[in-house]
Amino acid sequence: MSKVKINKDTPCEKLTQGGTIYDAGNSVNFKTGDWRSACPIFLSEKCKQCGLCFPVCPDNAIPVGKDGNRRDFDYDFCKGCGVCAKVCPFGAIEMKQE
Amino acid sequence: MSIRERLSGNEASAIAMKQINPDVVAAFPITPSTEIPQYFSTFVSNGTVNTEFIAVESEHSAMSACIGAEAAGSRAMTATSSNGLALMWEMIHIASSLRLPIVMPLVNRAISGPLNIHNDHSDAMGIRDSGWIMLFSENNQEAYDNLIMAHRIAEHKDVMLPLTVCQDGFITSHSIENIELIEDDKVKQFVGTYNPEHYLLNAKEPIAVGPMDLQAYLFEHKAQEADAMRNAKKVILDVAKDFEKLTGRKYSLFEEYKLDDADIAIVCMNSTAGTTKDVVDNLRNQGIKAGLLKIRVFRPFPAEEIAKALENCKAVAVLDKAEGLNACGGPLFTDVTSGMYVNNLNIPTISYIYGIGGRDVTTKHIESVYKDLIEISNTSKVNNPYRYLGLRRGDK
Repeated sequence: MSKVKINKDTPCEKLTQGGTIYDAGNSVNFKTGDWRSACPIFLSEKCKQCGLCFPVCPDNAIPVGKDGNRRDFDYDFCKGCGVCAKVCPFGAIEMKQE
Repeated sequence: MSIRERLSGNEASAIAMKQINPDVVAAFPITPSTEIPQYFSTFVSNGTVNTEFIAVESEHSAMSACIGAEAAGSRAMTATSSNGLALMWEMIHIASSLRLPIVMPLVNRAISGPLNIHNDHSDAMGIRDSGWIMLFSENNQEAYDNLIMAHRIAEHKDVMLPLTVCQDGFITSHSIENIELIEDDKVKQFVGTYNPEHYLLNAKEPIAVGPMDLQAYLFEHKAQEADAMRNAKKVILDVAKDFEKLTGRKYSLFEEYKLDDADIAIVCMNSTAGTTKDVVDNLRNQGIKAGLLKIRVFRPFPAEEIAKALENCKAVAVLDKAEGLNACGGPLFTDVTSGMYVNNLNIPTISYIYGIGGRDVTTKHIESVYKDLIEISNTSKVNNPYRYLGLRRGDK
């Protein structure tokens, strides 16, 4: 009984007991980026693809392509902690107030 | 043939657990329930059971371990009393809201402070609104029987709620009485195996248990829990019917002792019911129509059924072994009177707080309550509905 689709209109009887989720890897459906008060801006022209930023992201907000290069931020999950901007040696990540 | 024995309430509970043979028992000792995990750990050492026994570092951990084990798909049990239950309190709610049918003997003892190790029901009253099914037991036999019935109730698909079996600390837990045990194989057959529909260790169905549940969902999940609690009433009665077929011992939501034609009645729980029955018998011999309503199922609370059972009484006393500290009567009293009001039953009803911290309650005390009830039923006047029984106080 995996993939139970629910939303805020689903009636009581259709929800799973205790809110158990019969589905793996579902946290991707829970967008947490709206808590952010500061926003990292990716300056791709300054980025050397050194690879220091994405391992320190406490979430999974810096997508990495198959070529091993990072892409722009995934703002659905970025909480604006600024750790990536701190570790960047090239000033390629700039923090801006939301 | 059933087995005639003489056991204390704690021994009876431990033997019930041995016969149930759960997958996991996680427990921390606390007076007066210590003997239950103690005897049980002996069964583990002797290989009489094949339970994984976890000697945890606190009751919070005991309930946490039971939650983990039960969510994994196994049967988990623990036992506690008083402040041990208080320390579990956070996890007590997690267990019921995650719909994990854990079963726990609760040997009732006063909640500190000041420090007291003796019997009252203030520990149990702390979890009355937590989503646990609560059964109360007059004596060792009932503590044993309630435990044998527990898993069938808790694990029923319409219920899926944890369950606690209460008995009075020392009075029941440490007193040796005659008891009739059921044979091991018959218990095994009666209790059955636990086959949860969803569980964490099922590799074919990865699940997340206890996820975030914010404004859009928690309300509905609480309503589901409440529905399950309402469903439990029927399940408890169905299981009792099967139990009667097995043992001949009859159980219901409550016991009505000479209540049919009673003019005056006492409502109480656990061992005090035994004392009250003796008083009822004596009063009946004197031609006084006294009766008793002994609560067995406190959660779900059988409000409608209680109102029906009391409808021909002229005066009722509800005995609470816990000071509700709410300035309007004990917790059982407020439940009983609320049930009476909603079911349009208006008869004089008095709250008596008694036996706090293990204060002895004798037949003389119970007689005085019936005496008060006779006066009230004659005059229909209630001067003070919030009374104490056996309290030292200068103004009386």
